[in-house]
Amino acid sequence: MKLVIAIIKPFKLDDVRDALNALGVHGMTVTEVKGYGRQKGHTEIYRGAEYAVNFLPKVKIEVGIEDGIEDKVVAAIGASAKTGQIGDGKIFVQDLDRAVRIRTGETDNEAL
Amino acid sequence: MARSGVAILMAVMATPAFAQAAAQPAKIDAADTAWMISATGLVLMMSIPGLALFYCGMVRKKNVLATMAQTLAAVALGSILWMAIGYSLAFTGEGPAIGTFERVFLSGMGMNAISPLAKTIPESVFMLYQMTFAVITVALVAGSVADRMRFSAYLWFVAGWLLLVYVPIAHWVWGGGFLGTAGVLDFAGGTVVHLNAGIGGLVACYLLGARRGYGTDNLAPYDLSLAVIGTGLLWVGWFGFNGGSALGANSRAGFAVVATHLAACSGVLTWMLLEWWDRGKPSVLGMISGAVAGLGTITPASGFVLPWHGIVIGIVAGTICYWACTRLKNKCRYDDSLDVFGVHGIGGATGTILAGVFAVAAVGDTSGLIEGNARQVLIQLYGVAAVLAWSGIVTFVLLKVIGFFVPLRVREEDERIGLDVSLHGESLQ
Repeated sequence: MKLVIAIIKPFKLDDVRDALNALGVHGMTVTEVKGYGRQKGHTEIYRGAEYAVNFLPKVKIEVGIEDGIEDKVVAAIGASAKTGQIGDGKIFVQDLDRAVRIRTGETDNEAL
Repeated sequence: MARSGVAILMAVMATPAFAQAAAQPAKIDAADTAWMISATGLVLMMSIPGLALFYCGMVRKKNVLATMAQTLAAVALGSILWMAIGYSLAFTGEGPAIGTFERVFLSGMGMNAISPLAKTIPESVFMLYQMTFAVITVALVAGSVADRMRFSAYLWFVAGWLLLVYVPIAHWVWGGGFLGTAGVLDFAGGTVVHLNAGIGGLVACYLLGARRGYGTDNLAPYDLSLAVIGTGLLWVGWFGFNGGSALGANSRAGFAVVATHLAACSGVLTWMLLEWWDRGKPSVLGMISGAVAGLGTITPASGFVLPWHGIVIGIVAGTICYWACTRLKNKCRYDDSLDVFGVHGIGGATGTILAGVFAVAAVGDTSGLIEGNARQVLIQLYGVAAVLAWSGIVTFVLLKVIGFFVPLRVREEDERIGLDVSLHGESLQ
């Protein structure tokens, strides 16, 4: 199993969700985060006081997937989250040792 | 009979505006009373929640509740002290420097008592109306030292500043003291409230020092929408602040609220256009600052000038306060966190001087520069100087004395964690 972590632009969340659902991946965890890579922030001015805002709002998606569909999932996320502008985000893939569905006690692939 | 009538009329015309009430008999008038009770409610609304929201929206999230606590405490503590001793010392007697103790704890103030200073309303209403001015003035000062003052020190400051700074100045200008008798025009508090609070705030922010991270960290406002709501409440409440200073339901109140509203509007537009030109974008914070600048600056002049003068005064206010909050503050490097000096201090002084420029005898029985009485401008400057000196010196001494017993500033780690948690044990979720 793998844990796929994707940092994407917030307005792309619905597109990514739809793309994953189409692959049969239902269920994910979404967090609102801040971050930066090569995208620069902006400056805000409050009555003569200037502040540089370096961290931009992003959305982090975490989804556990079975072995074998890793390449398809990464490709789907990449295609649906892409705008072509700086700041589109990144996808990380980690090994997942164990998964459990709390309600039923199912484990590993049955839990995903 | 006719000749003595003319003599009385001429004597009345020659005296400063507040004393014109001496010619009227003392009798409770229903319309005046109804308006003044309403105006009192409007001015109290300017403190809670007006100023509370205006200020808390501009501080950081970790200090929002603590900022509101300062306004609440100023109202609660200030009101009791006003009733106990402040009102008596400010608004009784005929001493040039201070009043008497005749109304301590409102003694002798029966239900139908009337103050010679407000002859057509119950004295209880006059006292309460003045109370709302006193508490908002001291609450204003807190804005300069936002995010870093110890709550216990602040409470001592509220008590001391109200009694030692506000009360004497109120007596001098409005209560029969030497500035009023010298002819200083201050309709609703350009000196007593705004300049006074501005100077107090400036001294306080110098004594407490800048916020940690000032000039380096991001100190951006928590939620400017709260500040906008607060501005709306202040703006509407100002109809009671300036309109009620006519102390009656009359046409002078009508002129005062028109001038007030027009000054607020032109203040908004002036700051907005200046910032658009200066920074490329008109900010909402700038618009609301322009509104408050206009409102504070028209305050001393509102019952002495023609309504259209409010537009001119609002434009001046927006310009000079914009300069003070951006250029002057950055040049002198003082952390007047919420620009109490930049808006209220500078605005109050400017408006007081402009009252001497634009005063029209047909409105408030005194002529200003535009009607050939240049001397009135000098009298206004005298008033500004006296209030500036007293407020500055006594605020300084008061804070030094308090600081001798209780540190004025919170500890460094408490400032970092935030005042909501460290002073009050609470937080916004």
